[in-house]
Amino acid sequence: MISATFRGPWLPYRGKAPPTGTLPALPIQLSACTVAYPFATSPVFQNLSLMVEAGKLVAVIGPNGSGKSTLLKLIAGLIKPSTGEVRVFGQTRVSGAPLAFLPQRSEIDWHFPISVEDMVATGRYVHVGWLKRLGAWDRQMVEEALNRVGLWALRRRTIDELSGGQQQRMLLARALVQEADLLLLDEPLNAVDQASKDVINQRLLEHVQTGGTALMATHEDGSHLGRYHQVIDLGAIG
Amino acid sequence: MNGLWEPFQYGFMQRALLAALLIGATCASLGVYVVLRRMAFLGDAIAHTTLPGLAIAYLNRWNLLVGALIAALLTALGIGWLSRRRLQEDAAIGVLFSGMFALGIALLSQARSSRDLSHLLFGNILGVTNTDLVGIVVIGFLVAATLVLLSKELMLVTLDPQHARVIGVPGEVLRLLLLVLLAMTVVTAIQAVGVVLTTALLVTPAATASLMTRKLRWMFVGSNASAMVSSLVGLYASYYWRLPSGAGIVLVCTTVFIFCFAIREAMDYIAAKRPRRS
Repeated sequence: MISATFRGPWLPYRGKAPPTGTLPALPIQLSACTVAYPFATSPVFQNLSLMVEAGKLVAVIGPNGSGKSTLLKLIAGLIKPSTGEVRVFGQTRVSGAPLAFLPQRSEIDWHFPISVEDMVATGRYVHVGWLKRLGAWDRQMVEEALNRVGLWALRRRTIDELSGGQQQRMLLARALVQEADLLLLDEPLNAVDQASKDVINQRLLEHVQTGGTALMATHEDGSHLGRYHQVIDLGAIG
Repeated sequence: MNGLWEPFQYGFMQRALLAALLIGATCASLGVYVVLRRMAFLGDAIAHTTLPGLAIAYLNRWNLLVGALIAALLTALGIGWLSRRRLQEDAAIGVLFSGMFALGIALLSQARSSRDLSHLLFGNILGVTNTDLVGIVVIGFLVAATLVLLSKELMLVTLDPQHARVIGVPGEVLRLLLLVLLAMTVVTAIQAVGVVLTTALLVTPAATASLMTRKLRWMFVGSNASAMVSSLVGLYASYYWRLPSGAGIVLVCTTVFIFCFAIREAMDYIAAKRPRRS
């Protein structure tokens, strides 16, 4: 079994101390997971088992309604499986794992009065915890991440002043400062300009090349899927 | 100048001023989150559902603040509980809100004087006692301390609740905490503006501030400034023109809102005429 080099600490919000050394297990391991929403006639997916190794860029594809978002939320610990087991870095209690979840843009309150810089800084909260403020190091990380996604010049804008592609790059910057090993991205390339797509793809590639893992829901098909190390087709499974 | 100082030679007016300013600041601060989290209807409902608590306390000659606080907390927790189980939150609010308000009116109809009913419904800040003032200070302090100490987390659960959950911030607990703070704040506001107009104090100053700034910090400043000015001016209005204090304060709040709204529209109009800088 591959062991990923562990980068992020465990979470101060859960009162856990950072472990030392390496993470000894697979980033993602699903065993016979069934997810059914209350009142729905059929489950989103049934008996889904899958495994993702460290250092992989993974595409999650399938038609609308096949459960791409549900799968990402399941791994992020935002929903629980009706049956089956989800392990993230070997742990069944997913909250507390070094992962970042980038929701679809529609799931964030873009009218909240916050600047791009401060929004990216919320990615550092996980390292800061209750009652403490961000330090100089956190600010430096934010600056670096904003530069890496090409948003430094726009850092003082309010988040609703950004274009769709810029908003998506900002969410990626937030995930980068979070220093998570596993990135879960819900359709980050959807309705995004080509320049933003290039930036996002480049940063994700760097992430997996340094031992990180990225799982991305996408509408891409055919020839575009060649660059992924693994493709999970929910349309074929369901 | 004498006219400005004249009202405050009386002890009850000094207490009223202090209470109005403190209540204004508390409502304005929490109000920023009420507006950002779209909890205005909830605040209104909690205010109305305090009526049976107020009525029971009044009929038994207990402290009104305590009666209202118990009713408000029960409502806040009841809504939280109901909406997690079977109902949408706004439906849960609607059910509890009207039922409790009706109960309050039924209870109060047993009292002899309708003047007291009107004080509960529309506020009587001139009748604030020293004990009330202590309660107002304590609640104001709790609200301010929570908003300052948990500012990062409250912001995050409002802005992006999913990210908050992923990194282990207990969103449900914070939501409940906000409900409890809302209940306590509403109870203090009732003394200033009464059950019916409490929403105005919670929502209008924060909404005013949201017109003028897109920065959270300045929203707090603007909301507080607007609420405290309104409390002061409203108090004068109620002294000189014998208005109910609640109506006075809320009318000034609304006037400030309209004024800021007009300025905003004018600024946007001018900005639209200029070439946009990229």
